[in-house]
Amino acid sequence: MRNTMGKRNGRQLGIILATLVFAWTIPAMASDSLNITGAGATFPYPLYSRWFYEYSNSHPGLRFNYQSIGSGGGVKQITAGTVDFGASDAPMNEDELARISGPIFHIPTAIGSVAVVYNLKGIASGLKLTPEVLVDIYIGKIVKWNDSRIASLNPGARLPAADIVVSHRSDGSGTTDIFTNYLSTVSTEWRAKIGRGKSVNWPVGLGGKGNEGVAGVVRQIPGAIGYVELAYAMQNRMTAAALRNKEGNYILPTLDSTSAAAAGAAKTMPADFRMSLVDAPGKGSYPVCGLTWLLVYKEQRDEAKGKALVDFLKWAIRDGQKMNAPLLYAPLPKPVVEKVDKAIRQINYKGKSLYR
Amino acid sequence: MRRGAPGNPKDALFERTTAVFAFGVLFLAVLLFALLVRESLPSIRKFGAAFLVTGTWDPVAESFGALPFLYGTVVSSFIALLIAVPLAVGSAIFINEFAPEWLKAPVGFLAELLAAVPSVIYGLWGIFVLVPVLRDYLMKPVADHLGWIPFFRGPVYGPSMLAAGMLLSIMIIPFILSVSREVLATVPRIQKEAVLSLGGTHWEMIRIVIGQHCIPGIFGATVLGLGRALGETMAVTMVIGNRPDILLSIFQPGHSMAGAIANEFTEATGELYLSALVEIGLVLFLLTFVVNLAAKGILKTMVSRASRGI
Repeated sequence: MRNTMGKRNGRQLGIILATLVFAWTIPAMASDSLNITGAGATFPYPLYSRWFYEYSNSHPGLRFNYQSIGSGGGVKQITAGTVDFGASDAPMNEDELARISGPIFHIPTAIGSVAVVYNLKGIASGLKLTPEVLVDIYIGKIVKWNDSRIASLNPGARLPAADIVVSHRSDGSGTTDIFTNYLSTVSTEWRAKIGRGKSVNWPVGLGGKGNEGVAGVVRQIPGAIGYVELAYAMQNRMTAAALRNKEGNYILPTLDSTSAAAAGAAKTMPADFRMSLVDAPGKGSYPVCGLTWLLVYKEQRDEAKGKALVDFLKWAIRDGQKMNAPLLYAPLPKPVVEKVDKAIRQINYKGKSLYR
Repeated sequence: MRRGAPGNPKDALFERTTAVFAFGVLFLAVLLFALLVRESLPSIRKFGAAFLVTGTWDPVAESFGALPFLYGTVVSSFIALLIAVPLAVGSAIFINEFAPEWLKAPVGFLAELLAAVPSVIYGLWGIFVLVPVLRDYLMKPVADHLGWIPFFRGPVYGPSMLAAGMLLSIMIIPFILSVSREVLATVPRIQKEAVLSLGGTHWEMIRIVIGQHCIPGIFGATVLGLGRALGETMAVTMVIGNRPDILLSIFQPGHSMAGAIANEFTEATGELYLSALVEIGLVLFLLTFVVNLAAKGILKTMVSRASRGI
């Protein structure tokens, strides 16, 4: 009795399972449009989703599916080949490139910059800071706002005798990577002791999760200093410091001064675009900037998808750039667009260029 | 194994289906443990036991020690229990034994509603309300006057171990409260009346009844709250300050295990870094496992003692 029951149960279970599996496959079979999937950075996500929306509207039958899982995830997924493109705020390092199965292009799409924001009563945007002073604040050597080294840069500013409450990101982030890259570039002490990365071993300070976390600390605690994405600082009207750039000018973070940094660095931009924009030359260049990239295989494995992707990239670095500024991303300057275009021409399917 | 009436095919089917579910849960737990161990192997091999006793967390140099996270999780949960248990048990006694009938339902309902609030909402409330109030009206005055006590040493920022503990306590009160109420409700009415009829006061009635009857249940409720506190992620990370340091003062920032994983996992590149984060998960898993196991043991002796007492 029990035995036959077992068989019948098994059959029933089988039917249930088969139904489930079948139900699962229906949506995949129903769509006949071309689906391009990508994953990676969260920082450019608002821009990308706008791009995908606009581009799909003018190209019916083409759909983008982008998951903003973080730059690290984007690199992992494109390496594993589970997505058609990746996205990252930090260039892939040699280690990661060695692990990937074919040559990969870093296609810059926008420039981000990091604003140093503070909460000082009665002091508006434009507090002047030198790289050395900023490093010493974040290393814990300058602990009071009325320190003579800050005061001498800002004669006339009424600096309080308050403690400087340092704040940084607690989550791994491209913003931290750009910021610590800058600190490492301008200070050998920072490079030796702490270094550069998406998360580092901070000598002092409170950690906030996300831009909103750091902004929360800065807004809530009088005397706090922190760093957030430019777009976030602008949207929330936070007071930002003017940092001294390579040429000795004090520059406020704006879209223009961010684009200027990329223009200043365009001449020395390597063919693979894996470069940092921190401390870039140029009179009006803001010093804490970085590119964000789409990661695309040079040799595409699917002709139709490859073609669509190349068309999209072509559009993104030209028409797409017009959407950057309204969404508070600095657009790529012209000389950079020309260089990127050359790279896109090399994307191919079995040796045949996909550029039209 | 005991079986029901033999021969009924529907019974057999039902029995087997439930067995599959039961073993499924067990299987999931084992699978989870195995996966955590497998993924943390590189970190275990590299750091060994030092992972649990060192305090450096340096992703750039790939040197990892989880002690500050372990410390933060345990201390903030302990603070939470310290605040939540008396409050929850006290209000359970009030609601069940003293409150007028018309007050019981709304108070009980509202308290239990607290359990349904998503933790990120608690976190936001913590950032905007709890932390500033704590900083200005509790931590600053205390640090100014009692700062010589190591636990209350400044400087005061706001986000701190104390803020995390207090927020956690609010989050676990509904669990402890509602279980405690259930436990109190199991006391036979006749026992309470017996104490009163012998000339006992209300206080004596509650002391005797709780002492004899309810302690194991309330202990169980506390462990339930502790389990929630140990694993809480978002709310804690929003108010604890996220600083992987071990500082004696509860006014200073700290970090938590769950918080570290949630913060750093998405952007963790490099095998060792990822593996170290997974190992934190493994440590958290083992910690909750040990806590629950210990609680079961203590509960067993309590129950046997309590039943002997009656």
